[in-house]
Amino acid sequence: MSSILESIDFYFILESLIKIAIVFVIGLLSPVGMNWVERRTLALIQNRLGPNRVGPFGLLQSIADGIKFVFKEDIIPLAANRWLYTLAPIVMVIPAFMVTIVYPFGPEIDLPFIGPTKMYVTNFNVGLLYVLAMTSLGVYGIILAGWGSNSKYSLLGGLRSSAQVISYELSLSLALVGAMLQSGSLDLVKIVENQSGWGGMQWHIFMFQPLGFIIYLISAIAETNRVPFDLPEAETELVGGFHTEYSSSLKFAMLFMAEYVNMLTVAVLATVVFLGGWNGPFVKDFPVLGLLYFFIKISFFMFLYIWLRGTLPRFRYDQLMNFGWKVLLPLALINIVISAVIGLIVY
Amino acid sequence: MSILSNIIDAAKEVVEVARTTAQGMSVTLSHIPTRKETVSYPEEAVTIYRRFRGEHFLDVNEDGKEKCVSCFLCAAACPADAIYIEGAEDQRPYEERIGQDHRYAKVYQIDYGRCILCGFCVDACPTDAINHGHNFEWAVFTPGEMVKDKDFLLANKWREPDVTPNENQLHLAARQKMDKLNIILK
Repeated sequence: MSSILESIDFYFILESLIKIAIVFVIGLLSPVGMNWVERRTLALIQNRLGPNRVGPFGLLQSIADGIKFVFKEDIIPLAANRWLYTLAPIVMVIPAFMVTIVYPFGPEIDLPFIGPTKMYVTNFNVGLLYVLAMTSLGVYGIILAGWGSNSKYSLLGGLRSSAQVISYELSLSLALVGAMLQSGSLDLVKIVENQSGWGGMQWHIFMFQPLGFIIYLISAIAETNRVPFDLPEAETELVGGFHTEYSSSLKFAMLFMAEYVNMLTVAVLATVVFLGGWNGPFVKDFPVLGLLYFFIKISFFMFLYIWLRGTLPRFRYDQLMNFGWKVLLPLALINIVISAVIGLIVY
Repeated sequence: MSILSNIIDAAKEVVEVARTTAQGMSVTLSHIPTRKETVSYPEEAVTIYRRFRGEHFLDVNEDGKEKCVSCFLCAAACPADAIYIEGAEDQRPYEERIGQDHRYAKVYQIDYGRCILCGFCVDACPTDAINHGHNFEWAVFTPGEMVKDKDFLLANKWREPDVTPNENQLHLAARQKMDKLNIILK
């Protein structure tokens, strides 16, 4: 008995638990911050000021909204399937948060009083597959929400969304294959370390994956149902899409949170696989810079989301499908062939 | 040959799409640092146009005499039935009934819970007694407070930013505390 107890590394468990708590809080707070940034930036693009009343610069607006979500009455439509209706937000939000544990925020940093600490909860040899698997699980939440609400708008939104996500999942994964071939690993941390050459600038986007990056970026925006691929939530035709029947209660907050955490995941994946993760100039000497670089890269993608939302109109449904299957998928396949050939020549 | 030209056409289209998208994105980006149209209203004064139909005021002439002769035309014209008037007559000589005609409104109320600000009362008035002011700040705690009485409507005139009472009219202006409207008339 004592030998089993001795074999367990309690410090490791404690460390992991603390890290999980920190990452979970980041996951919970990022929608709050991102929502504020999105509303303000979108307002600036449209020559408005945006929410600026609650707290300094309106910073507490999202928190006020969150409080409202918690305290509002939770209405379940009479015709809805109670079980599926309740299950759908949970099915969406749990995989979204499960992905957060493999975010590689930074390299090993020598923290004061604690010693060398890895700036990620865990890394395992199929990290990339794990991320893809978990993000795909979110589709079930969308279609359950559409079906369980028993409303035609929700159902159409859910169907569209699942069709769209499945179509773009293909080119998304294929776009990542090129980078996988190049780094020879599915481990997110290994992929990042593979890009540390050239003084931290040997990113995959410069090393033979620019096409893959563009394909990934477009598919990722479609994958997260954002403008210009936000057909599942097309307000003009489908009211609110799959979340039409979710009044602003905690369930809606969960759907909302899942959407924003998925955006974050997509941004993290783009950063890790194509933009070199925490790599950048002088990271080898000052590992703390890695966290900063990572944050800047993520912020760039978040800004890109908002920027696109402020610029582009929505695709028509057939345009969306044609683009996904006839343009992106062949391009992704070509990209794999090119990466393989280049890999053969260079390495 | 045709396959090659197809590929060239497709490449041209891709370039065109990329160019136009980049152009659009640059336009939206350039709008971020520009001046914003939003007026931070309670802190900043809003611009109100002269023909804006706000809260009414009852007018007086240069001698400070009420123009209203209680003819009920405004109440008759009102589609929302928001105006309530009780007329009265005062046959004393003018020196004893300062500020009023011998036919005057004893009670003059407008219920802003009903008023739709259509301006028919202003059009109907034969003596130009009732006019639209520019006030729009009406927030109250009970519906009863939305019914404004004659004293309030008379005093409303002096709240207009471009109206200053002369010495004949000071006693009317003093009936109610007047905060000038925090607006810019244009």
